[in-house]
Amino acid sequence: MSMRMGNVAGFLRKLGHAAVERVWRLGFAARFLLAILAYSGTAFRRLHLTIREVYFSGVLSLLIIMVSGLFVGMVLGLQGYETLQRFGSTEALGVMVALSLTRELGPVVAGLLFASRAGSSVTAEIGLMKVTEQLKAMDMMAVNPIARVVAPRFWGGVVSMPLLAALFSAMGVLGGWLVGVVFIGVDDGAFWSQMQAGVDFRFDIVNGIIKSFVFGIAVSLIAVFEGYDSVPTAEGVSRAITRTVVTSALTILALDFVLTSFMFRGTS
Amino acid sequence: MKIPRGKVVAIMGGSGCGKTTLLRCIGGQLRPTGGRVRLEQHQVCEMSHNDLYRLRRKMGVLFQFGALFTDMSVFDNVAFPLREHTALSEEMIRDLVLMKLEAVGLRGANKLMPGELSGGMARRVALARAVALDPMLVMYDEPFAGLDPIALGVIGQLIRKLNDALGATSIMVTHDVQESLLIVDYIYFVSNGKIVAEGTPEQIRASDDPFVHQFVHAEVEGPVHFDYPAPTARQEFLGEHAHG
Repeated sequence: MSMRMGNVAGFLRKLGHAAVERVWRLGFAARFLLAILAYSGTAFRRLHLTIREVYFSGVLSLLIIMVSGLFVGMVLGLQGYETLQRFGSTEALGVMVALSLTRELGPVVAGLLFASRAGSSVTAEIGLMKVTEQLKAMDMMAVNPIARVVAPRFWGGVVSMPLLAALFSAMGVLGGWLVGVVFIGVDDGAFWSQMQAGVDFRFDIVNGIIKSFVFGIAVSLIAVFEGYDSVPTAEGVSRAITRTVVTSALTILALDFVLTSFMFRGTS
Repeated sequence: MKIPRGKVVAIMGGSGCGKTTLLRCIGGQLRPTGGRVRLEQHQVCEMSHNDLYRLRRKMGVLFQFGALFTDMSVFDNVAFPLREHTALSEEMIRDLVLMKLEAVGLRGANKLMPGELSGGMARRVALARAVALDPMLVMYDEPFAGLDPIALGVIGQLIRKLNDALGATSIMVTHDVQESLLIVDYIYFVSNGKIVAEGTPEQIRASDDPFVHQFVHAEVEGPVHFDYPAPTARQEFLGEHAHG
């Protein structure tokens, strides 16, 4: 009996410890964000540092984002046609594809891809700089690593993410058009005119951009934080990379639900 | 422990006795749990972040494995402190960097990436980077670790030459006795966080202190034990308990 009580107490202690640990890390990450904002002067004054990171996070992610966007759009075209056909409204295919992409799939899928392509590499880079004492060396040279290394990577991600999401959506629309109009034979004029009439700039597109911007902040913060906070060993860095991808994915999906419930409350 | 201006001072001791920690305290990266660090007229451990950064511009540190920035070429590594802390023109920086690299004999290697360098070369590049701003204090963390005898001699001579040419003060943390005795002015022996012996190289060579003697002559038997504290072999292998 006392054995079982001991087990229960041990389990509760572990549970409490894990909870406190999570909350503590969340607070630490929030303070880290404030530090990044406070030391962002360098990232803007010496813009080439940030532009370099936009290249590494954004430009080098272009291929995976555009190819994925195209295929997601093509699948949407196929499935959408199948469903709309039952109601005899296949000319609404354009508006369906465009709305799905700009409101949801564009920001969310691009965010997930961005986290695994660019976020993981940022975490790995900062983590390995920590392992090889490069961050410490920089600090000893009176150069703040948060200003010189972390802030440019953070802003590089924040700038890249909305652009990538927009490109993802654009490629998706193209994919949907390719399947719907070129392969299946939906009327070309109806496809585009329905889309133009059905998609509202402020309500659909701007909300989508706001979403991708928020996801960009979240993923970039998680990536630089996990790298900077990683345990400086091979195992520690590999765990940090895993945490970046997992935490980013969960954060994107949770934030998406919150943002959607604020933006689209069945009023349209 | 006093480090006089213009001298090369070695701090020696076995692995894990707190030598690197001592350097971290001098550089202000760690706060000492007891005692104080005074540099010129500054109390290092009581300085604000900005004052500390101002002071660190006058310090150069050579890290154990160089800690070169792996995403930059040799040239950009040495140029890094100059670009961060001075408003010099690119031509001026180019001349300064090539002069520093010339001093360590690697002017021809300025376009290589750190991954293409041998251990000894990387150490020399890191040395050039550490002295790029002509510091008043240079700290070396295990400058000889993992080098072949030739590279070791080269680095040793460089440390001495650079110190005298810059009019700087050097602190060297090391456990390489023979090389250090050749180039330093004064030596402190540290064990368990305490100074156990000190003196000039002549005094150290002549010393009959058991610790110093064991260290200088690399003897197995002496006041420092090689074995990590453990139960006796009899207890461990035969499973006999202390009372058995």
